[in-house]
Amino acid sequence: MSAIRTVVRGAQRRRVSTIVIVAATAMAVTATVLAGLLLAASSAPFANAFAAQHGAHLTALFDAAKTTEQQVAATASQAGQAAGPFPVATVAPKQDGGPGPGLPPLTVAGRADPGSGPIDRVTLLSGRWARAADEIVIARTNLRLPAGTTLTVANGSTLKVVGEGRSISRTAQGWMTPGGVAALGQTGWQMLYRYADAGTEAAMTAHRTALGGGAQTQSWLGVRDDAAHRTQLFVPLLSAFGLIGLALAALVIGNVTAGTVASATRRIGVMKALGLTPAQVVRACLAQALIPGLIGAVLGIVAGDLLAVPLTADVAELFGTVPMSVTPWVDAAAIVAAVLVIAATAAPAGWRAARLRTVDALAVGRTPAHGRGRLAARLAARSRLPRPFSLGLAQPFTRPARLLAMLVTIGLGTAAATFAIGLAVSLRHVQAADQKPNTSADVLVLPPMDAADRTDPRAVLDATPGTGSYYGRGPAEVAVDGLRETARGTVTTGDARAAGYEMLDGRWYTAPGEAVVTTGFLTATGKHVGDTVTGTGHGPLTLVGEVFDGSANNHLYTDAASLPGPQPALEWYIKLAPGTDRTAYLVALQGRNLQAEATQAEGADGTLVILDSLTALLTALLVSVAGLGVLNAVVLESRDRVHDIGVHKSVGMTPKQTAVMVVASVGIPGLVGGVAGVPAGWLLHHWAVPAMAHGAGIRLPQSTIDVYAPGLLAVLALAGLVLAAGGALLPAGWAARTRTAVALRTE
Amino acid sequence: MTPAGEGALPADDGGARVSLASPTMIDVVDVSRRYEGDQAALDHLSLHVAEGECLALLGPSGSGKSTLLNLIAGLDRPTEGTVTVGGTRVDRLGEAAAARYRRATIGLVFQFFNLLDDLTVADNVLLPAQIAGRPAAGSRRRAAELLETLGIDRHAQAYPGRLSGGERQRVAVARALMNRPPLLLADEPTGALDTASGAEVRKLLVDLHAEGQTIVLVTHDEVLAAAVATRTVRLVDGQVAA
Repeated sequence: MSAIRTVVRGAQRRRVSTIVIVAATAMAVTATVLAGLLLAASSAPFANAFAAQHGAHLTALFDAAKTTEQQVAATASQAGQAAGPFPVATVAPKQDGGPGPGLPPLTVAGRADPGSGPIDRVTLLSGRWARAADEIVIARTNLRLPAGTTLTVANGSTLKVVGEGRSISRTAQGWMTPGGVAALGQTGWQMLYRYADAGTEAAMTAHRTALGGGAQTQSWLGVRDDAAHRTQLFVPLLSAFGLIGLALAALVIGNVTAGTVASATRRIGVMKALGLTPAQVVRACLAQALIPGLIGAVLGIVAGDLLAVPLTADVAELFGTVPMSVTPWVDAAAIVAAVLVIAATAAPAGWRAARLRTVDALAVGRTPAHGRGRLAARLAARSRLPRPFSLGLAQPFTRPARLLAMLVTIGLGTAAATFAIGLAVSLRHVQAADQKPNTSADVLVLPPMDAADRTDPRAVLDATPGTGSYYGRGPAEVAVDGLRETARGTVTTGDARAAGYEMLDGRWYTAPGEAVVTTGFLTATGKHVGDTVTGTGHGPLTLVGEVFDGSANNHLYTDAASLPGPQPALEWYIKLAPGTDRTAYLVALQGRNLQAEATQAEGADGTLVILDSLTALLTALLVSVAGLGVLNAVVLESRDRVHDIGVHKSVGMTPKQTAVMVVASVGIPGLVGGVAGVPAGWLLHHWAVPAMAHGAGIRLPQSTIDVYAPGLLAVLALAGLVLAAGGALLPAGWAARTRTAVALRTE
Repeated sequence: MTPAGEGALPADDGGARVSLASPTMIDVVDVSRRYEGDQAALDHLSLHVAEGECLALLGPSGSGKSTLLNLIAGLDRPTEGTVTVGGTRVDRLGEAAAARYRRATIGLVFQFFNLLDDLTVADNVLLPAQIAGRPAAGSRRRAAELLETLGIDRHAQAYPGRLSGGERQRVAVARALMNRPPLLLADEPTGALDTASGAEVRKLLVDLHAEGQTIVLVTHDEVLAAAVATRTVRLVDGQVAA
């Protein structure tokens, strides 16, 4: 055992490389923990969050004017579990100091606390629960009302937002104390139910029927299906990141371990000369790799659990669920995986060292096998490049295995960056395509405030100087045979091609009787472009095109003349003639009693912001892991070559030239890894983005997938070089500072 | 063979330039070098070497011979005292300046050759010139000339691992002379060689000195010192023996 201890003590002497091993392993394990969490969070997120919150299978709202509290409470016996009755009020608040008219009406439930009951344990995402009658906790949706916001309700009283919560069952849009709800003017009673049999629509219909017709109900199945849309959109993305993270972590840990064992070969030779048996050598190699590896793994777990807090918060926001807490099984799995990878790499390397003849181990030591990399060295020597640079370029070819590992590490890092950047650009293109119909015009004329007023603004538009082209657009309900509910429709007047709807297939309609529809419509009806649909209240409509719609709705667009009956209230989108002053034009329209405003992009929505932050965090992590992998490889290489560095310095190589040589040693792996990583990231992007869209039931325009311009690809390919050079900088500095006499003495 | 001085210094060598007017090549004054634990490898040692001289430093292991050589080569710095070579205060040089100084002034020959195994003999010899940024054509001519003079031109494209010890040390000498250094420092140049190879190297050093090369030789080998050196200094415990 003392011999093993001696071998292991080698690691203590090589402090820098040991620190790098610990850091690289820590970072890799951090990536493993986060990747594991991503995969866990992406696996049935709604079901997990629903189970954790004891979500309500059925949420019922009883009219307080028609039902007493006792009658509502009595319905509890119909379910396995029930909670309530909770008083409910509907308020239409206005944010103090906020812009615009009022906020959408909020259904507010009176709950003394967020989650002590058997059902619907609301997760408090920020702030605290309401304690006073004038305090409210807001359910977090796209509408963000942070703690401290003051709301004014219709009766003139004010409410202070004290927290944000999330109910997976979406039982309310806000929560107050029961007394607070009473003060607002209670309108109903809420009951929450859980059933043993709640998995089918039929079972839920039966439960709903049993409550009688007096209650408005909401089934968890509807909420689940709605959540599934969001979930399916992002699962491929997060899974892809998770899998890259795991692959990169395994690679880095394996590479670090193999390097550690290889660097101990000469020491092992000495120990063998002193009587160490082959079995002891293997055990020593395992111990030497496992000790720093385990220290790194523990540090990685701690870092992973800390980073998991913002990561899982972002993921929960994305999925509309609640953040996962630190998951011990993920931590345990990460440690076990790290140990297995270390052992699987160290044991064969140790076995090779054990089989090596003692004399060879002593003679060969840490120098690379003779003959490797000589062609590269010859070519480099004959190049016109500065000698320190060409010496560095040839170096990695002396250790092909280490070169391959570095190539894969850099390739994966570049692939992650390529994927992440492509994803961000794609999502922006999707958003731009989605908003284009609203932003392609310069001016919007809204329908008259008075719904009865059907004044046609076209005469005014025609008479106003500066009007270029325009068209009218408005909502319509369109009954379609084969659909249970009416399709959401949009009717247009004039040439709506100017709206710039992105076509996925076919063409835009040009005459009444033609229509274009969304992917969701085609999926729901089973129709194809070229088919005809019929329905009550209109003639046959020929589907001439498939149009992109980011919301995955059943949507049909047609000319207003295709739908007989009263003309709906239309918004008019005007493209101004070139050179027209928009402000003056708006003033002119407003002077003619038209409600006109400038169109503007809506800006990045909350989901995009979260996705950006998540993507940035994951990319930074993966690139850091890859960078540490490079750092470790270069540290090992520099340590192995320290004597050669001393020789170079003894014949006049300056510290700067030494640093150039070390950084240049990652030049070829950086370039090749980058060039190989870009297509890998490109392929991943071209798989994941359509998969995300498919999961969400939409099809994307090709323009949102073909986002990599040649210039961007070239820059991304160079990113491998930057990553490699970044990883080599520290060891280059170390090599530059190494004292020549010390380096020459090093064996 | 080109002796010390002749066109050896490129114009861009800045602070590392040797003043050839100085009759004293090396001036070591009251130098001490202590390592951890306050153990003195050199203890207030002073030494002067004239240009064109061949000095042999003799002494038992641990007497400070190699430490002194490292100080003269700018590979290490003294704890106290001054080291001046050709008018340059070597003890004051930073790492970069010391590297430029070695390029221009010093040729180093080691006991274990310190050749780079993955470079051919020719590339090993060319290395100092390439690192110094000398023109390629001139450097190649110089390397070929050195290899021929030292009798190893047939091995130019071979790798050092295939050569005998004596041949490897000749390659090392060729590399040391590549930049025409005014000063050749040799640390136990025959220490790792068999008798025949040792004799080859001994003759080589004698020839070099005969051509005017200033040499400082560290050795245990009394025969080598007697054959090559114009003066011998014996070190004991970091001091010049009385």
